[in-house]
Amino acid sequence: MKAGFRAAAAFASLVVAAALGQQITPIAPIDDPELDARYQALIHEVRCLVCENRSIAESPSDVAQNLKRLIHAMIVEGKSDAEIRTFIAERYGDSVLYRPPMQPNTWVLWGGPAVLLLLGAFVFARIVRARSAQPIEEDEPE
Amino acid sequence: MWRYFVPVAVLAVLAAFFYGGLGLNPSKVTPPLVGKPVPEFSSPTVRDAAVNIGSADLKGQVALVNAWGTWCVECRHEHAFLLEVARTGVPIYGLNFNDDRAKAVAWLDELGDPYVTSAFDAEGRVAIDWGVYGAPETFLIGRDGTILHKHISPLTPAVWRHDFTPLIQRECGTVPCPRIDRE
Repeated sequence: MKAGFRAAAAFASLVVAAALGQQITPIAPIDDPELDARYQALIHEVRCLVCENRSIAESPSDVAQNLKRLIHAMIVEGKSDAEIRTFIAERYGDSVLYRPPMQPNTWVLWGGPAVLLLLGAFVFARIVRARSAQPIEEDEPE
Repeated sequence: MWRYFVPVAVLAVLAAFFYGGLGLNPSKVTPPLVGKPVPEFSSPTVRDAAVNIGSADLKGQVALVNAWGTWCVECRHEHAFLLEVARTGVPIYGLNFNDDRAKAVAWLDELGDPYVTSAFDAEGRVAIDWGVYGAPETFLIGRDGTILHKHISPLTPAVWRHDFTPLIQRECGTVPCPRIDRE
């Protein structure tokens, strides 16, 4: 309990510290509209780790600004979206990406809904088949 | 039989997932760099822009790398303990990021300087390579340049005893580890 509180306090101070950081230098949009669209899409895909449940696009924190500057520079340099995602995930972990990569430890995450849907369809089909096999206008036998 | 088994099985699977999820802390992201070599970098130092500090300088010693900034309130709380650790002879390298050089120098002059030297990373580019997303964060580096541990939030005596000391002892048997001369 105490450890939890301490962690929460530390986290809160991280947020405050990040928010009180240097003034935010606005990052100019990229001249090329196509590149800028990619930039906008990418910064909405990267999680801000200081303020969870916000993307770096929405975050005013310093670290988010740093990452936005980096993504901006990498796009201008001609790096692909996949290269940029990999670059960031290598440093901050896969959880920094809102769209987690397909790999062994995320198979359940990606495949789970499909499996559940199939299971549901299977159960549904069985019930329908069992019902349609019954003579009409007759209650289920005891 | 099936009609009883399926719902119970589904419930059991879901319950197992939810139970597992209860123990997870979303703010404790496993640092991907632990176990990997120190990221290559080279930066001017806080005190002297003409002098560089880089990953090569860390080799051969068991050292700490501490990410800090004068904008970081918790760093101020941590500072006294860093001085204490430095006094025991454990080398601490600073990674000052998103900061102002004059403010950083004033901080070290005023509060004391626990660092062998501090890298000055104005744009936070080195911090990104280290996967740093806040401050303070402290890395433990092994003699071979591998990151052995990462601690997010201030270093405290309890954390030091519990997480750092055993790892340092595993490296060489003593705290601090004697430095192995390079070349």
